[in-house]
Amino acid sequence: MIIFWAFAGLAIGSAVFCITRRSPVASALWLVGTLFSLAALFVVLDAQFIAVLQVLVYAGAIMVLFLFVIMLLNLGRQAATDIKGPLGLAVGVALAGVLGFQLGVLRVAGPPAAILLPPDAMARAAAEQGMVGSVARPLFDAYLVPFEITSVLLLAAIVGAVVLAKRRL
Amino acid sequence: MLLGPALLVSAVLFALGVAGVLLRRNAIVIFMCVELMLNAVNLTFVALAQRLGVAGQVFVFFVMAVAAAEAAVGLAIILAIYRHRQTLNLQNINLLKG
Repeated sequence: MIIFWAFAGLAIGSAVFCITRRSPVASALWLVGTLFSLAALFVVLDAQFIAVLQVLVYAGAIMVLFLFVIMLLNLGRQAATDIKGPLGLAVGVALAGVLGFQLGVLRVAGPPAAILLPPDAMARAAAEQGMVGSVARPLFDAYLVPFEITSVLLLAAIVGAVVLAKRRL
Repeated sequence: MLLGPALLVSAVLFALGVAGVLLRRNAIVIFMCVELMLNAVNLTFVALAQRLGVAGQVFVFFVMAVAAAEAAVGLAIILAIYRHRQTLNLQNINLLKG
């Protein structure tokens, strides 16, 4: 419980710094901090395999891609702040606050107690089938077609990225 | 047990991502805030998977795949925009403004 709140605070604090830092590089590094804290939260919530994926794919690959583009475009030193003026700031903070409040209220409603599994269900499934096995079995069984479609999506993304970024085909 | 707190943290992170999208003008920072929102949703999925079955974790897997595809295509678009306009400030990218 203490670990959960420590990493939750770390994630939220890093997110605040991420959206307030002026330099895109600093923003990206604070976002990496948020992603690492979220990986720790995933471990606390019995999703060890997802936590490993989070570190490898998000904090590793995707953020390196972001930093690569930032450095490629030489955006490290911005002349002035790119945060909007007082009016835009007030409207943005108010809208985000309203949205956060609405989402926070949903937490009280939650799913009905009748369909909830016992709290240790996930840990028990991981002990029985293995950490990866408990995720991989439904992935290659009930969700096989979406999994195959994902491969087509990734191929389309690769082709699209090459076409967009190349000056002349 | 941890379901309520996890959903609260997720709501706060999502709201912070929305605030970032609304407040910033730099396209690449806005893109990072979108990633932050995707991660907040991932936290919701994982927290609910703990009590509603492992399907939530499978969905996190798909969200990550879509996020990776989105990052690749989005950064390619940002590169193309920068090549055309020499800026990433969204105030100067107003071609579609009437």
